[in-house]
Amino acid sequence: MSELMVQIRNVTKVYERGRQKIEVLHGLTLEIPRGDFVALMGPSGSGKTTLLNLIGGLDQPTSGEITVGGRRIDRLQSGQLADWRAHHVGFVFQFYNLMPVLTAEGNVELPLLLTKLSAAQRRKNVAVALEVVGLADRAKHKPKELSGGQEQRVAIARALVSDPQLLVCDEPTGDLDRKTADEILGLLQVLNREHGKTIVMVTHDPKAAEFARRTLHLEKGQLLEQAAAA
Amino acid sequence: MTRSGFVIANLFRKRTRTILTLLSVIMAFLLFGLLQSVNTIFNAGADFVGATRLFTQARVSFTSPLPISMLPKLEAVPGVARVAYQTWFGGVWQENTPLIMFSLDPQRYRDVYPEWVMPESQWQAFIHTRTGMIAGKQLADEYGWKVGQKIPINSNIYPQKNGSKAWIFDLVGVFDGKDEDWKKRTNLAFIQQDYFDEANQFGVKGRENFFILKLADSGHAEQVARTVDAMFENSPDETKTQTEKDFNISFVKQIGDIGLIVRWILFAVFFTLLLVVGNTMAQSVRERIPELAVLKTLGFSDGNVLGFVLAEAFVLCLFGGLIGLILASIAGALVKKGTGGQFQLTVDYHVWLIGIAVIVAMSVAVGLLPALRARRLRIVDALAGR
Repeated sequence: MSELMVQIRNVTKVYERGRQKIEVLHGLTLEIPRGDFVALMGPSGSGKTTLLNLIGGLDQPTSGEITVGGRRIDRLQSGQLADWRAHHVGFVFQFYNLMPVLTAEGNVELPLLLTKLSAAQRRKNVAVALEVVGLADRAKHKPKELSGGQEQRVAIARALVSDPQLLVCDEPTGDLDRKTADEILGLLQVLNREHGKTIVMVTHDPKAAEFARRTLHLEKGQLLEQAAAA
Repeated sequence: MTRSGFVIANLFRKRTRTILTLLSVIMAFLLFGLLQSVNTIFNAGADFVGATRLFTQARVSFTSPLPISMLPKLEAVPGVARVAYQTWFGGVWQENTPLIMFSLDPQRYRDVYPEWVMPESQWQAFIHTRTGMIAGKQLADEYGWKVGQKIPINSNIYPQKNGSKAWIFDLVGVFDGKDEDWKKRTNLAFIQQDYFDEANQFGVKGRENFFILKLADSGHAEQVARTVDAMFENSPDETKTQTEKDFNISFVKQIGDIGLIVRWILFAVFFTLLLVVGNTMAQSVRERIPELAVLKTLGFSDGNVLGFVLAEAFVLCLFGGLIGLILASIAGALVKKGTGGQFQLTVDYHVWLIGIAVIVAMSVAVGLLPALRARRLRIVDALAGR
């Protein structure tokens, strides 16, 4: 691993809830090398999801700098950030967040509607993505016809189809049983080790964190320690 | 999959709801197409092309009768071949069935309306029987009238000299139309003008509701109309001369301001539609807040998301609107055929253009607020369920 994928310098995030101001992250500094697989752990309210959202370009810091893939994303306007996300980040959520009205291949194709690819090229890319996650035979099925693990695989395929360098995963196994969770985590490991994807994963589960290369602990908006997986 | 495919897929996520909403839109535009056509008829300008008869009435209203002394002047107008006249009798059959019934000069009327077909003996009986009455075939069949019967008809305007509004007429003939179109118009009845003048209590005599001018050449209709009206301008009996079609329309306008009535009906219909479809769109967006947030995470911009929601509203209004207008066109053609061309309910390009403009306006009206909500939603809050 060399060169940094994510650089966070002195980032603070304050939320305003009515008249109340809640500082969720306090002057946080963090570096994630390209090709790393990092697990973010911490108690509820520690700021890990907020940090994930900032890294993924879903939110902007109150102060500080965030550089992802060499680009200062904290300086981007809303439209630019959307465009950046489309080409550089893939998201995997705890509850999959698939479109119920689309089939598996429809869901995976969705991000490609933002590209200039032809319909034929899009179909090809979708087929490859579903192949990678082992769901080529379920392409025509809608989410309600898939198991939880299969839905999450489709979500991962959707996250991969635009070939982003960074995958951001928020509790990807939170809604799965142990066996299925291990399968999903194993898939993420493959994407990291064989395809070179940089993965940042929020998890409550220590067993899930073991699949990552290293674990970062957050508490009250600050990093406590860094632990490398054996 | 395409963006439009995605829009349509989302539109039918709740199939029953969408279909019911679509039906509302279809009904609204069906009504719009028909009523707008009615409005067009009533607001159309005079069209003298192809007219073979003109109707001359008092400029104020056809309820103000004109003196019979105008007859020779009208006959003397170049281009006029023959003149007949009619007075509204106000006939009522039995308790409360109104009839379209006029008093007239039988021979003159026959000369001006060659489209009516009746045996010669019955025409002669009508001409020579003071108390004679002829009825159209439709009317006679409906009420079981037979030639030779005495038919009691009440007048809701004119009592007889003895004070009774119950008149007795001798049915001496039943007429039919020369072709299918004219056969559909045989819902009329006629009595002798001379008998009416003599027997009515009001002493109304020598006054006619309108004159019918048969033209020698239909190409001169507009010129004849202008000549007639100019002739009586600034006289106590100023006239308005128009085609038969326009006269029939103005007859119906007596009911009220048709245009205003139509506009209010359409306003009520579309206001209700706005609420129904607007609610459907708002509900649809509310249900999909997390999905819309996910679209944004995938890289769709705020504008893209707004566009998706507006496109759904547009597709819904477009499908429903087009189907409604097509059904209105079919219904209008059926009405036109069913009335023998009397009621030209044509959903023409003008109605279509207005209809499409209404579709666009309605799409924006029902889609804009939900679309703006979708545009404004913050990803982080939406995903967190806030």
